[in-house]
Amino acid sequence: MKLDEKEIAGIIKEISGSDVKKCMKCGKCSATCPAYGEMKFHPHQFVTMVARGKIDELLKDETVTRCLSCFACVERCPRGVEPANVVAAVRVLAEREQGGSNFVPDEVPALIIADKEIPQQALVSAFRRYRK
Amino acid sequence: MNYSYYPGCTLKTKAQDLDFYGRESAAALGITLEELPEWQCCGAVYPIARDEIATKLSAIRALMAARDNGTPLVTLCSACHHVLTRVNGDMQRNADIRMKANNYLKPAVPYAGETRVIHYLQLLRDEIGFDNLKQAVKKPLKGRKIGAYYGCLLLRPSKEMQFDDPENPHIIEDFIKALGAEPVVYAMRNECCGGYVTLKSEAQAKENVDLIIKNARAHGAEELITACPLCMYNLRAHQDGSMPVRYITELLYEALGLREGGAADET
Repeated sequence: MKLDEKEIAGIIKEISGSDVKKCMKCGKCSATCPAYGEMKFHPHQFVTMVARGKIDELLKDETVTRCLSCFACVERCPRGVEPANVVAAVRVLAEREQGGSNFVPDEVPALIIADKEIPQQALVSAFRRYRK
Repeated sequence: MNYSYYPGCTLKTKAQDLDFYGRESAAALGITLEELPEWQCCGAVYPIARDEIATKLSAIRALMAARDNGTPLVTLCSACHHVLTRVNGDMQRNADIRMKANNYLKPAVPYAGETRVIHYLQLLRDEIGFDNLKQAVKKPLKGRKIGAYYGCLLLRPSKEMQFDDPENPHIIEDFIKALGAEPVVYAMRNECCGGYVTLKSEAQAKENVDLIIKNARAHGAEELITACPLCMYNLRAHQDGSMPVRYITELLYEALGLREGGAADET
């Protein structure tokens, strides 16, 4: 069964727990985002696109993985919209698609050999955030 | 005083300093940290999606073990503290997650978030007290200008973490003062170091670290301290080596005079 954009947007709202309609478009989330320059879509766009049910482009965009999950946008949103939770929900849905991951276990040994100081915490985080 | 202690994966490997100095200093302050038997990795990142259950179970097992131990659960690593605190909050407040996790784990006594999770810094501030800590300092770190690097995970989201003022934190500055050094306050101390994204884009992490170190230096910091092994990695790996970065516990160990006390420095 194939869900349409609006239905998937509904799932994103549900699993993010975010009330995207509360957004007043002040842009503070994107202004404070340390990954702003790295992502094709910015936190305020995630919120707006999910609210409108237009999410196909979001689900295809690989730069979603540049979100640091630093929660700066969550903390600083004056309306309690929690944009990072919306980003995380989009990301989780993309990862759950077969082949939706862009981080494979085979890449790990090379990373460790390249830099012996990489902490386990980074590797465990990468497995959680880049791959299901 | 007895506490359950959750070291986490990195403190057993790359961040052995954070663990060793933390345990030795706690012992010197009369605190017994009892490592949980058979703990598992917490997963390092909090699973944000509300329908994620399996990825929260290892944290719940640790929280339950501390509950069964009848003691609060002490953490040192910022990531472990973040994950354990938020998952515990889910077990207290989210009936759906609580039901599904308990159905899966089938513990003898169902878990509903009873454990109190405290970070090592909170242990020093709230259980020992920074005034008492100051009395215990044998070798005050006079003249040292130290910048606290908080990062993200201890502070945010403040609604759940309840750690300190998320935009103007002062617990690490108060800690630095108690050790006799001079805390240097700078704006970027609660901005992200690049976290795990360094594995995908070193350039992105380097850009973040540059801003943090420049800002700390401009305010007069001569060294930085952190409680997070990943912050430590990024802050060290993405600079020229001119700004020393240490763990909070190493500073404490030094101020308590333990380095001279004959205790082994290296694990």
